[in-house]
Amino acid sequence: MEAKELLLKLAEASGISGYEDEPREILREELKAYSDEILVDPMGSLIAIKKGNRRRGEGREPHRIMLAGHLDEIGLMVTKIEKGYLRFAQVGGFDLRVLPGQEVVVHGTMPLPGVIGCRPPHLLTEEEREKVTPMDELFIDVGLDEKRAAELVQVGDLASINRQTISLKDDIVAGKAFDDRASVVAIVECFKHLATTMHAWDVYGVATVQEETGYLGAITSAFRLFPDLAIAIDVSHADMPGVPESETILLGKGPGIALGANIHPKIHERLVQTAKSLEIPFQIEPYPGSTSTDAWAIQVTREGIPTGLLDIPLRYMHTSVETLSVADVQRTGRLLASFIAGLEDKKFLEFEHASSISF
Amino acid sequence: MLLQSLSEACGLSGNEAEVRNLILKEVQGLVDEHRIDSLGNLITLKRCSSTGAARPRRVMIAAHMDEVGLMVTHIEKSGHLRFSKVGGLDDRTLLSKVVLVGNDRVPGVIGAKPIHLLKEKERHQVVETDQMYIDIGTSSKEETERAVKRGDYVAFATRFSRLEGGLVKGKAFDDRAGCAALIELLRGRGSYPSDLYGVFTVQEEIGLRGARVAAYAVEPDYAFAFEGTVCDDLPKKKDLSPTTILGGGAAITLADRSFFADKRLVKLLVETAEKNGVPYQFKQPMVGATDAGRIHLAREGVPSVAVAVPCRYIHSPVNILSLSDFENLVRLMSLALVALPTLWPSP
Amino acid sequence: MKELIARLVEAYGPSGNEEQVRALIQDEIKAHVDEARVDALGNLVALLKSDPDGQGKPPTRVMVAAHMDEIGIIVTHIDEKGFLRFAPIGGLTPLTLLGNRAVFANGVMGTFGMEKREILPTEKPKLDRMFLDIGTPDKESALKLVSVGDAAAFSRGFAQAGNRLLAKAMDDRIGCAILIQVVKTLKKNPNDIYFVFTVQEEVGCRGAVTSTYGVQPDLAIAVDATDTGDTPESRPMNVTLGKGPAIKVKDAGMLAHPAVRRLLVEAAKGLGIPYQLEVLEGGPTDAMVMQTSREGVPSGVVSIPCRYVHSPSEMVDYDDVTNAVKLLTKVLEDRVAI
Repeated sequence: MEAKELLLKLAEASGISGYEDEPREILREELKAYSDEILVDPMGSLIAIKKGNRRRGEGREPHRIMLAGHLDEIGLMVTKIEKGYLRFAQVGGFDLRVLPGQEVVVHGTMPLPGVIGCRPPHLLTEEEREKVTPMDELFIDVGLDEKRAAELVQVGDLASINRQTISLKDDIVAGKAFDDRASVVAIVECFKHLATTMHAWDVYGVATVQEETGYLGAITSAFRLFPDLAIAIDVSHADMPGVPESETILLGKGPGIALGANIHPKIHERLVQTAKSLEIPFQIEPYPGSTSTDAWAIQVTREGIPTGLLDIPLRYMHTSVETLSVADVQRTGRLLASFIAGLEDKKFLEFEHASSISF
Repeated sequence: MLLQSLSEACGLSGNEAEVRNLILKEVQGLVDEHRIDSLGNLITLKRCSSTGAARPRRVMIAAHMDEVGLMVTHIEKSGHLRFSKVGGLDDRTLLSKVVLVGNDRVPGVIGAKPIHLLKEKERHQVVETDQMYIDIGTSSKEETERAVKRGDYVAFATRFSRLEGGLVKGKAFDDRAGCAALIELLRGRGSYPSDLYGVFTVQEEIGLRGARVAAYAVEPDYAFAFEGTVCDDLPKKKDLSPTTILGGGAAITLADRSFFADKRLVKLLVETAEKNGVPYQFKQPMVGATDAGRIHLAREGVPSVAVAVPCRYIHSPVNILSLSDFENLVRLMSLALVALPTLWPSP
Repeated sequence: MKELIARLVEAYGPSGNEEQVRALIQDEIKAHVDEARVDALGNLVALLKSDPDGQGKPPTRVMVAAHMDEIGIIVTHIDEKGFLRFAPIGGLTPLTLLGNRAVFANGVMGTFGMEKREILPTEKPKLDRMFLDIGTPDKESALKLVSVGDAAAFSRGFAQAGNRLLAKAMDDRIGCAILIQVVKTLKKNPNDIYFVFTVQEEVGCRGAVTSTYGVQPDLAIAVDATDTGDTPESRPMNVTLGKGPAIKVKDAGMLAHPAVRRLLVEAAKGLGIPYQLEVLEGGPTDAMVMQTSREGVPSGVVSIPCRYVHSPSEMVDYDDVTNAVKLLTKVLEDRVAI
């Protein structure tokens, strides 16, 4: 599938944290052709393995690189049924301002269309009009009476935003869950390139679960794989009116290559060199502390994993109209593949004066 | 003086190379082995005196190399630098300070609007970091970019010097004081009765991250964290805790926000101090967090304790400590390491 | 079982000081388990080995955990007049302190006081304006009884109100009591069951981090107290006292693994006991860190509905407690498969 088509399909699938089955199955189908093996771990992360097709040297075990993009998206969960209306909680963090007036699907015993209603402005006091409606005043209306609602819906059922992805001008698209299906697509793009590229390292493409609720899939899959090197792919705030330039990167100008304590400096350097040599546009993205991505969890797994991070520029994160450029996704995939193809031994990861004695 | 060169070295979380290289030079002849892991932790091993046991008792002592500071996030058209904080810095201490930008140590100043131009209200408001900027004397973005990059680290340009009464002032005593103490400990004896892993960790200030992976790798039986810790002994209106007292001796942590000290190790330290007349004090519980907070959770758990040199004004551009506290920490730990096997037979 | 609950809730054990609770539990279970050990942090890990199944299949390793610690205070400073300043251990609400008493491990008793009491009616008390009064006239006499770093817990006796039980530290001694009762009740055991009594849950689920790493379970269940939404003007939450043990779907720390949740729901349905599904805004429980151990452990929670959590008078319903025992016993008496 073309990158854009796959992105739209994955984004429209419902895969709220902890319940990522739908996008996982789409992904599994898509990756089959490009992987030697695909498995799903006990937490639900999908691991696609592409073995190196070029030997590093006689008798040497291949090194392993892990690519991580998260499969889950933020969503809603029913907490209580009151007179047929559904109270709900957040799974991950929507901005409360964007919820009123959204169309949703409640995943009960059958999919139920619903809306997050809001009282009309006529009935609000001036004070109420000026403040954001708090969670305990928001309800999902599925149009059912108490009895019928209780038959079809139970506490703990999920609700996802019902949003058809749309194409804006050129290759700009908007929709829900691009955070982080866009990165999953970048990994697929990378696998496609690798099918026709010689590479020495074994590649583990991991679609992680439950990133939005605490990096669960990254923590557990990185522990299992304990790769020699890992690169997480996530989305990052792109330029938009009202946000200072120091906090954003530009849409359509290539992936952000992260820099900071979370990032192994040699991986950053090498990603920059690779992008330059391929003439892929890129942007430097400094992080003074946590990157708030899977990379943050992966780096401190076991004895530590040299970790990098690529960021796909995206506007309006955690709304249902996340906006990005498909070209940035494709560039990210190509950059990853070339980076992998250039990997030989691990020496480049060593810090200055690192002893060769191990104990 | 070792503490001086450590204090004046720049090493923010994630960029500890300068400090690491300095330490490595000091400890190379004192330890049996060393290595640097994938995060940049410097892990050294000083083997124990007797090698009777199949697996000698392992003691890990951690001191973190990183310091708090700033990072360049954006370069304005005017050439000014916008920045974010690396670690927990207090906005109130930043204005009107001299800083060093990047590994080339480009000097700059954190400017402030003159008092003449402030509105009455503004005079009493703390300026937040996102309203501040660094001026390196350039007048355009292009000119700045010849010297500085987005993502460069920024450290305070504080010089180390001696004050009266055996005190010294400098920057980054949290935790270069701990690093210096650990080096002194490695220098102090040919060997200790346990395998001593002296670990100089990274990224403590942004979430105890280096210690976490180092403790997993080392698998210690017991662990100590050396710190430069909060000291708040200036006069107060109320009768409240000074957290620690400058000159009051090595400060033992019983509990902080990140862990409860192992009661047996606290007993070891207290008994050793009392027996040998080494001054010590207890730090105010539940203040701050240390590498011990991650070390004690490594694998199946590691009994841990933190011991510190009290430092006034930590997490600001200039700190003060008493050399007597520093010496007492080294002495206490040196004695405690020798006493550890008698109080606590093989693991 | 009520007598056991009374002894457990009245025992002293703020986080980091679980020795007395642990000794009590050790005594209760030692005759019923194959092994019991205390790990580096103080967790009590007891193993009940599986009955031989005759086919040599390796048994499933199931971990069930409840935390021994309770919230409390820790002394941070003793002033010249003999008053103690303190910091909270765990999620302490200042409002619950005034008029209450706290007791130290050595039995020293104190009552909470506040600076400028006269403005109390209009202002929410803050912890940094409060102190503990242990009746000592000066610092010197106070130091004979307590030192900086000593911890105290609420002092409050066990009581019954109808079918409901009232006590401090119901969170999570009720979980400990349930586990002990399950150990004693189990008739058959096709699994290797690790009964883990954890430390330091209230300060960040620390004991569960190391004990789960040590146990390496295939599946884990935490038993803990949870909030309810059934008191006047309480938060809209679907958990009600007396309507059965709650099976967690989600809290602020985790999403329960669907397979574990299903296992619990099916067991409850099979027994015909009442149960409730729980989505909690707050949290977390030990299960949050159990699930992230090593390569990941499918984890879930059996919650005991509990009103007034983190106060000196936490209330649970006795039927919920006995039903939780039945539920866990049923789950563990079958071979657990994921």
